[in-house]
Amino acid sequence: MNLRIIVLAKQVPDTRNVGKDAMKADGTVNRAALPAIFNPEDLNALEQALRLKDAHPGSTVTLLTMGPGRAAEIIREGLYRGADGGFLLTDRAFAGADTLATSYALAMAIRKIKDYDLIVCGRQAIDGDTAQVGPQVAEKLRLSQITYAEEIINAENGEITVKRRLERGVETVKAKLPIVVTVNGSAADCRPRNAKYIQKYKHAKTVTEKQDADADYTQLFSIRPYLNLQEWSVADVNADVVQCGLSGSPTKVKKIENVVFQAKESKTLTSADANIEDLMKELITNHTIG
Amino acid sequence: MANYYLDSETYKHHLHHPLMKRIVELKERNFADKEAFDYAPVDFEDAMDSYDKVLEIVGEICADIIAPNAEEVDHEGPTVANGRVIYASGTQRNLEAVRKAGLMGINMPRQYGGLNFPTVPYIMAADMVSRADASFENLWGLQDCAETLYEFGNEDQHKRYIPRVCGGETMSMDLTEPDAGSDLQAAMLKATYSEQDGCWYLNGVKRFITNGDSDIHLVLARSEEGTRDGRGLSMFIYDKKNGGVNVRRIENKMGIKGSPTCELVYKNAKAEIVGDRKLGLIKYVMALMNGARLGIMAQAVGLSEAAYQEGFAYAQERKQFGKAIIEFPAVYEMVALMRAKADASRSMLYETARFVDIYKALDDISKERKLEPEERQEMKKYNKLADAFTPMGKGMTTEFANQNTYDAIQIHGGSGFMKDYTCERLYRDARITNIYEGTTQLQVVAAIRHVTTGTYLAQIHEYDAQDYKPELADLKQKLQAMTAKYEELVKLVTETKDNEYIDFQARRLVEAASHCVFGYLLLQDANRTESFRRSAEVYITYGQAEVNKIYAYITTFDRESIDFFKA
Repeated sequence: MNLRIIVLAKQVPDTRNVGKDAMKADGTVNRAALPAIFNPEDLNALEQALRLKDAHPGSTVTLLTMGPGRAAEIIREGLYRGADGGFLLTDRAFAGADTLATSYALAMAIRKIKDYDLIVCGRQAIDGDTAQVGPQVAEKLRLSQITYAEEIINAENGEITVKRRLERGVETVKAKLPIVVTVNGSAADCRPRNAKYIQKYKHAKTVTEKQDADADYTQLFSIRPYLNLQEWSVADVNADVVQCGLSGSPTKVKKIENVVFQAKESKTLTSADANIEDLMKELITNHTIG
Repeated sequence: MANYYLDSETYKHHLHHPLMKRIVELKERNFADKEAFDYAPVDFEDAMDSYDKVLEIVGEICADIIAPNAEEVDHEGPTVANGRVIYASGTQRNLEAVRKAGLMGINMPRQYGGLNFPTVPYIMAADMVSRADASFENLWGLQDCAETLYEFGNEDQHKRYIPRVCGGETMSMDLTEPDAGSDLQAAMLKATYSEQDGCWYLNGVKRFITNGDSDIHLVLARSEEGTRDGRGLSMFIYDKKNGGVNVRRIENKMGIKGSPTCELVYKNAKAEIVGDRKLGLIKYVMALMNGARLGIMAQAVGLSEAAYQEGFAYAQERKQFGKAIIEFPAVYEMVALMRAKADASRSMLYETARFVDIYKALDDISKERKLEPEERQEMKKYNKLADAFTPMGKGMTTEFANQNTYDAIQIHGGSGFMKDYTCERLYRDARITNIYEGTTQLQVVAAIRHVTTGTYLAQIHEYDAQDYKPELADLKQKLQAMTAKYEELVKLVTETKDNEYIDFQARRLVEAASHCVFGYLLLQDANRTESFRRSAEVYITYGQAEVNKIYAYITTFDRESIDFFKA
């Protein structure tokens, strides 16, 4: 069966390589100082989508991302790995969105795409770590959802079978399509970029990017229509501007504090393997290392 | 996200050489593919940008996947079960990654699913793969064989086999036998034509076959019954799908342990002939070996680089007598010389690759149309240079790889002797590079005629005639002095007209020529990119001393005393 798969992906600051200038004086993230990357768990989600496409030739994988103009890179990164197309939701009115406003905008865009069997996304983004957007998108579209997926085992006859990674084991579940699946970092790594796809799509640009593009390649956009990446504004997805961006975000940052570790927070560790193992796991989980 | 391609400016420097303009122009036939293939470049800049982007993918896979798997691959190694090879699990993951990334059939034409890249970016990928894991370079680098298939096979064979290689199937070249190693003329694997079945059948044994359980084999076999020399040998394709070849055992090697070296038993294995009968060894294997030698050079360069990286890192972090050991002259000199040898080797590798690129592209064009007289001249010139530079480069760079990996262990001290450090694997892996695809001694045999006929000297003079920045004048003078000594030595040795004596001094002469060539190449690098200045200074200082040593040896050598050397 041919599957129409949408992958939700986010461009995030690479918080795994935080330097001393990662935060501005006002406590907000200094995005300029951090390289922008494809959110790691969204890459895991993309791999699951591409594997389904491998198993069901004729299926399509479409990326959907919201962000500033430079987030078009996320769509290209998807195309380099085997996705078929993508949409960039970009509009000043989308800026400052919390998870509610984000999931609203994404849901409106998915309605506009209309035809889909499966929506996959990473469990959470490394900048916000909320794990709310995927589930909220499912709610807004009135779809079922499977969270913490480690592997999409198959999708056949309108049903999907998914292995979930839970705190104390794994669980294999079945559900009807269409559905939203959020994918864990423990799922298979995403495949590398492909030499042919990168050559095919490296000139792909949004309308905004085309304005600054190298004039030498402008004639390509008419000969190779797939190089035109779609940008959607609030109006394009028929969204209510009040529910978007800052105005649609009930979450307010009240105060940001620097956390100073007190002596009372210290732990005593022995050199026993189990202790070290636990500490390593804790440090990796809270992104202190790794 | 580490990336070998981006972690220094070295690779980009070599990729963006002025000669690339001509190479791309020839390889892309005025960008004719752009209408038919959505991934074909539209102009020179676009093509260079594509190489750059694909090499970035290679650099990422090398640093993030292949290198981290290398130690496990070395320990686990491949195994044999029921006549089939099972790769180490890390090797399987590496293969999966390069297949997914579309890095097979890199220099094959697009009509067969290849990327149509020139040799330079292809060999650059090989350089990085080898730096990550030299044993994996053996498997990945055997895609070279597709080039021989493309050069000498017919169109039907191109259509049936090359797309499979581009799709990720592996290859092997089954040449050596228990009694036919360096001397391939002695190959006895028997090829018999069956009129009834309209095909050839192969029977016999092959030994020391790298990746011997590959999907598509090129096989050297005796098609002319009753013959005993090279003229009775033809080249065949054996497709694993047809069956008939089993792996009897794999060798337990000192290094490149991830690469299975197989003993193969052919029992009525169905095969088809490539090109013409009797040209198997004298034409096709020679072409195959030249390509393979360039591949081994890339392997050597990757190992030299990896050895330098390991040695340099350890020398910075290891503290003795209250300071990092790199602060001691004995250590920093070693590190600097490792850097210089790695840089010199790499410059030689890409210079050779450029020569190969131009003549091969012209040769390929000559199959489509008649070459213009100046194009024929150009092809002849670069073909000769490639023939001269391949054995010199293979001989010298593989010896340097051995020296660099040796020094990497020396810098590590006792720790380097332990299995815990990477340098130990590099040392074992490098040891084969100056043996297979022709030992250094055989490279000297191939190179000496370019010493006696003056190919090297003419090229050195061409390098000398170029313009260099004034601050490089001292180095150039040193190179001129080295060249003068080399010229004198060549005259001294060749005018004896004593072939045994010439053979006796051959390696020294080839080495002296190499130091001049490598020195000039680094001078050019320093002229183009400032960061090569250091290696140019260090190498030329070293090379001059080596030439002086050779000069002293030959000029004081008493020809009568040659008898003392004989067994």
